[in-house]
Amino acid sequence: MIPTSEPTARLRPGEGAIARLACLVLQPVLTRVVRRVATRHPSLFARLGPHQATDFLIDPVELPFALHLRPDPQALVFRAVPRDTAPQAGATIRGRFLLLLELIDAEQDGDAAFFSRDLEVSGDTEAVVRLRNALDDMDGSLAEEASAMFGAPGRAVLARLRRAYPDATKPQEYA
Amino acid sequence: MSLAELICPAGTPAALRTAVDAGADAVYCGFQDATNARNFPGLNFTPDELAEAVTYAHARGTKVLLALNTYPPAGKVDLWRHAADTGARLGVDAFIVADMGVADYIARTYPGIRLHLSVQAAASSPEATRYYCENFGVKRVVLPRILTIPEIRQLRREIPCEIETFIFGNHGLMVEGRCSLTNYLTGQSTNMDGVCSPASDVEYVRDADGSMSSQLAGFTIDRFGVDEKAGYPTICKGRYAAPHRPEGYYAFEEPISLNLSRLLPELIEAGVHAFKIEGRQRSKSYVRGVVRAFRAAVDDIKAGREANIADLIALTEGQKQTQGAFETKKWR
Ligand code: SF4
Repeated sequence: MIPTSEPTARLRPGEGAIARLACLVLQPVLTRVVRRVATRHPSLFARLGPHQATDFLIDPVELPFALHLRPDPQALVFRAVPRDTAPQAGATIRGRFLLLLELIDAEQDGDAAFFSRDLEVSGDTEAVVRLRNALDDMDGSLAEEASAMFGAPGRAVLARLRRAYPDATKPQEYA
Repeated sequence: MSLAELICPAGTPAALRTAVDAGADAVYCGFQDATNARNFPGLNFTPDELAEAVTYAHARGTKVLLALNTYPPAGKVDLWRHAADTGARLGVDAFIVADMGVADYIARTYPGIRLHLSVQAAASSPEATRYYCENFGVKRVVLPRILTIPEIRQLRREIPCEIETFIFGNHGLMVEGRCSLTNYLTGQSTNMDGVCSPASDVEYVRDADGSMSSQLAGFTIDRFGVDEKAGYPTICKGRYAAPHRPEGYYAFEEPISLNLSRLLPELIEAGVHAFKIEGRQRSKSYVRGVVRAFRAAVDDIKAGREANIADLIALTEGQKQTQGAFETKKWR
């Protein structure tokens, strides 16, 4: 049996409506990003093995919604969902949005973020480990790739995010 | 003088390229099966990926060492032989082995390829090491993490092969290759299946107060308060209640990593030939950070400069580090 886990319900007044609107606006962007990744990094799916069919809930703590990912190459799902209507997930990954992005881009180490308690996982640990390993084998920066898809406005959003959420856990750079 | 080679981990092809680019002298890796001791889901190399990795590494002057460092159960040795055949065909520079049967097969079939004795063989005496050298032509021993530097210096004089020691990373403290703790709870063997605390048996549970319990096969092995740093879900690093410590304590070892960066000059002077960075299960970010830091440190020492060792605490388990037995036998 796959254990299930649920997102944290942290709705403030009016947040539900904002979340639903944000999800609507974001959806076309997410669809483009995930299709692009699937096309450019097909080896990702082999590392996921049986967990291509697992529902992942990626829960960026400071955003008003979560992300639902089912990395099935035949029927990819990547959508923004308000927390109160999020599906029951096989595995949940929770942390600051930029941390999650940096983990995907190998700018941060997942184990270190887990040790420092900045990253939380629950549900099927094997699914999370497979997803982590699959993403870590991707070359290049997903954040850069995705923001570049939307030209100058996309890159500006990414730069702004990076400024807004300075990094506390990243190891220092070694010259 | 010791060559002070840096032996760096690679769990994926991208991590291997990262290690090579960050200055590894050699990279070690394994196949996607029980033939190596990091048989984690979604990790490791297919034969095709290894072929590409060998080409990439060799083009940049970096060696590739193939870990075949688990023990074949009776009747299943073909998997290990086949892995050795594939590695030899793809041109790996050395095999890292623990089992005598696997060592014997490779020594007879591929006498031109170097054999390194894995830490999993737990050879810590000159007698044991010489046995492997004399019978299988082993060229290097990876020492268990239980010897002090004076002991390593002495051992160096008594054995006919190179010495490799761990320098950074996971710090399990049971006798390597003999630990059955995970097998006891999960039925899977670290030494034969290649994985300690298999992810399929691990669950993290968030409690209402924000603390987190890590469970292995349904047993809670630690519970971290909201502000506590966490560690791996391994039994040796679990926190247990005992009659004399009902509040619970780290009975064997606490979440902590080995970091010998400050002992590097002494280890080089003691004749250690190669330094191993643990962490094939870690990310490219870890590989890049740790390999660069040790590359710079080793280069400084070789050039006669004082090594400026980067702070790696953020990458350690539980955000704590130790010099373990290398500094003193009384460390625990
Ligand atoms: S339980 Fe600890 S000592 Fe034993 S194999 Fe696992 S990590 Fe190593």
